[in-house]
Amino acid sequence: MSNALLQLTGVTKTFGGIHALSGMVCEVPEGKIVGVIGPNGAGKTTLFNTITGAYRADAGEVKLKGVDVTQWPSYRIVREGIARTFQNIRLFGSMTVWEHLLVAQPHSESAWRRLLPISWANPAAQERAEEVMTFFGLTELRDRPAKSLPYGIQRKVEMARAVTARPKLLLLDEPVAGMNHDEAEEIRELMIRLRDTGLTILLIEHDMNFVMRLCDYLYVLDFGVLIAEGKPEDVRTNPVVLDAYLGKDN
Amino acid sequence: MSTYYASLLAESGILLLGALSVYIILATGQLSLGNGAFMGIGAYLSSYLTVALNVPLTLALVISAIAAGIIGAIVAFPALRLKGIYLAMATVGFGEMVRSFFLNFDAMGGSGGYRGMQHISVGYVWLWAGGVLIAVMLLERSRVWLEMQAVHDDETAAGLIGLNTTVTKIVAFGVGAAVAAISGGLFAHHNVYIEPANFGFDRSIEFVLAVILGGSTVGPGSLVGSLLLVFLPEFLRPIADWRLAAFGTLLIVVLLVRRQGILDRSLIRTLTFRRAAA
Repeated sequence: MSNALLQLTGVTKTFGGIHALSGMVCEVPEGKIVGVIGPNGAGKTTLFNTITGAYRADAGEVKLKGVDVTQWPSYRIVREGIARTFQNIRLFGSMTVWEHLLVAQPHSESAWRRLLPISWANPAAQERAEEVMTFFGLTELRDRPAKSLPYGIQRKVEMARAVTARPKLLLLDEPVAGMNHDEAEEIRELMIRLRDTGLTILLIEHDMNFVMRLCDYLYVLDFGVLIAEGKPEDVRTNPVVLDAYLGKDN
Repeated sequence: MSTYYASLLAESGILLLGALSVYIILATGQLSLGNGAFMGIGAYLSSYLTVALNVPLTLALVISAIAAGIIGAIVAFPALRLKGIYLAMATVGFGEMVRSFFLNFDAMGGSGGYRGMQHISVGYVWLWAGGVLIAVMLLERSRVWLEMQAVHDDETAAGLIGLNTTVTKIVAFGVGAAVAAISGGLFAHHNVYIEPANFGFDRSIEFVLAVILGGSTVGPGSLVGSLLLVFLPEFLRPIADWRLAAFGTLLIVVLLVRRQGILDRSLIRTLTFRRAAA
């Protein structure tokens, strides 16, 4: 029995005749940053959607800490401990930064606490939101409508929202897409700090250099098939991976 | 206060409850154009309870609210598959269905209407209207309300922060229906006569208008909208036949310059002298 936090065995997802994912096998050990890389259309986002229940897997199993969550609706999967962000940021248009953190609290509260004004009834939620806000350096922006903020900061708000409920596993879908070098570095540091708090991270990225310097382990997808896996330095020199990215050298 | 103004005031209290019933459902991103039907269910059921069974009015209102709430939740189930304009059309259909049911419901007068209720005071109407408004304003500061807003803004993202969006939408519909039923019960006992035409499409539209005119992003907006909708046409009486046209013009102007309605968060902050947030 492995001690993986997340374990996928034979996960398959087809759309019509297209195998977006076939027989995906992977393991995410606790406390690590694991990357999924691959060219466009390799099935990376499909993988995330299948893990989080947005898509139903046609075959295979997704297990979180040994619990089979494959057929669960997404809200239950989230409550079990998998949070995610989106490739194209999805914040709530009518909410401030602070409200994003309040709404994403853990789901163990009693009905009364949820129905009464947060400012009287829910000091714990406020403390947690405060804590996350400080961690992500968002304190100054507390009452700003989240969607009015610069792109890089919106990413941070989305990550902060995902982390608020204390998930076991955080899925990040291209967290540095469209960012300049400095912003990307900042996100990288955030991820390392998050890992140091004990959070496990699985991320999708196609910037090879970025994942090489960040991830403990990599999976490489192409056309929905796992073509390689291993430590970054091994994957970098793997000829199969180079072929997928650069095309075959005849 | 003259009886004339008292009855206008009662009317606006009843409208406020109707508007709030739409507002609660709208907060989850669902537009109901059928809340007149829930009002009708509340009116007929509470009248039957007080007239035929001698149930005290307050208890009758509570029973009607619960019954309408359950019906609302049941209606919400098929409506879950519909979004936006399609959902709105389905609720119109539901409204017509209920109206024609009462039209053919001879046990309670059918098209002839139903009477025999004890008249209630404007104070009693506002006790309910004010109470529900305050409850909604407290709810607006709760986590449940943030969850409703999340469903409104982005249902997929709401699901992926662990919200059961189905439950949120159904409960909102049920609670909205219950509030509309209270509005109906008060209407019946204030007018002491009801007929199916009281609860048709016009009524549902009136509720929505009050919300949109007054402010669809804050609870007190419904209060502003209801008062305006009832009193403004009266104040415009000097221009006689043109008053409804003037009223319509005003409505269009408000929607053009303030899509969120008259009242919104920033206006409330200004009015209460709180410092604007950045």
